[in-house]
Amino acid sequence: MRHVDEYRDPAAVRAVVDRIHATVTRPWTLMEVCGGQTHSILKFGMDELLPEKVRLVHGPGCPVCVTPLEMIDRAIAIASRPDTTFCSFGDMLRVPGSRDDLLKVKARGGDVRIVYSPLDALRLARQDPDRRVVFFAVGFETTAPANAMAVHRAKAEGLSNFSVLVAHVLVPPALEALLAAEGVEIQGLLAPGHVCAVTGYRDYEAVAARHRVPIVVTGFEPLDLLKGILAAVEQLERGEARVENQYPRAVVRDGNPAALRMIEDVFVVSERSWRGLGAIPRSGYALSAKYAAHDAETVFDVGGLTVKEPEECRAGLVLQGRLVPSDCPEFGTRCTPEHPLGATMVSSEGACAAYFHYRRAPRPAAAG
Amino acid sequence: MCLAVPGKVVEITGEGELRMGKVDFAGVQRQACLAYVPEVQLGDYVLVHVGFAISRIDEQAARETLEALAEIGALEEAEGGG
Repeated sequence: MRHVDEYRDPAAVRAVVDRIHATVTRPWTLMEVCGGQTHSILKFGMDELLPEKVRLVHGPGCPVCVTPLEMIDRAIAIASRPDTTFCSFGDMLRVPGSRDDLLKVKARGGDVRIVYSPLDALRLARQDPDRRVVFFAVGFETTAPANAMAVHRAKAEGLSNFSVLVAHVLVPPALEALLAAEGVEIQGLLAPGHVCAVTGYRDYEAVAARHRVPIVVTGFEPLDLLKGILAAVEQLERGEARVENQYPRAVVRDGNPAALRMIEDVFVVSERSWRGLGAIPRSGYALSAKYAAHDAETVFDVGGLTVKEPEECRAGLVLQGRLVPSDCPEFGTRCTPEHPLGATMVSSEGACAAYFHYRRAPRPAAAG
Repeated sequence: MCLAVPGKVVEITGEGELRMGKVDFAGVQRQACLAYVPEVQLGDYVLVHVGFAISRIDEQAARETLEALAEIGALEEAEGGG
């Protein structure tokens, strides 16, 4: 087994799709939480295989997309300093700040590097002790163990020139906020499989019980997603609302204990501002006090920088599952991946980018 | 960004926080930190995210998932599809 192709088998896909059709009797709206799942769904056209009664809306699970504008501006302020090497995952570079983006800083001669892992940034700090190396620690719980390890190693090795700009967010508090909002139409959730690989799914049990929604821990391959959808629909049809794990090859209830220990050592839970959702209490991580010397917001004194979100970008509605990207008046015209108005059009997990890449042509009229 | 790719561990070096490994992704090999999967042995599959293995893939659970899928397939066929 290679754990990829087995989950793309066309005959099995047809069988699960048929089972979903046979199960559904009433209309249901499900949200896939993770942007990676959104991209899989659109790339493989899975939404078009589902019965009309099953509607998928796309969730806020794109860390680049929910990072607020002011955090981008803080990154730009740091990256523009001549003594600093600013390292980031590639997605972040073209996300517009209030005036600029990180790619423009790089074009002006700023030392902005795309890295694959936070350990690459740590290596740069080791190699060049005279330069200040900053890593943009963006991500959900999936990425937190990696970023935590980089900070932990920097302290252990005495790398005082290494710091992180932390914009870490947590999934369960965002789901609470979405489900508690007025006029919410979400009846079932596909929980993000790789977040749950780290955290497990105990926290989701409280969310499912409080809001009476089935939550299915779901993977990313076509058959993983279809099995997740089938499980959620089966629960809804039976009137159930519990957490179910449809990704057991990667996820156990208690998550990854070694990774959780490192997260607990390096981070503390804090309030975070989310693009589109606003400030949510206890919805992210900040560095714990003993790692304060590696906190770029303090080191570079950019914590006070605040700005307002632009009104022309409707990413906030997209991130709440309230606007389908292709229904946005700017979609594909004033807003494209080359010239984005907001992060959801840039990120490889952004819902607008997924629609732009896979769903630009008008959908063919259904036959028969 | 929560993309994690399954690969096979083909080399393990170091211990504890510094446990690293070489992981083969269908022919392409990359270094990954194995500190968070202390139970992983050579030949195991792991899910790698930004250079870190975050989970060992449970082969038994994977087999059960595929068997469940095969069962759905057999049932749908018996019922003449949907």
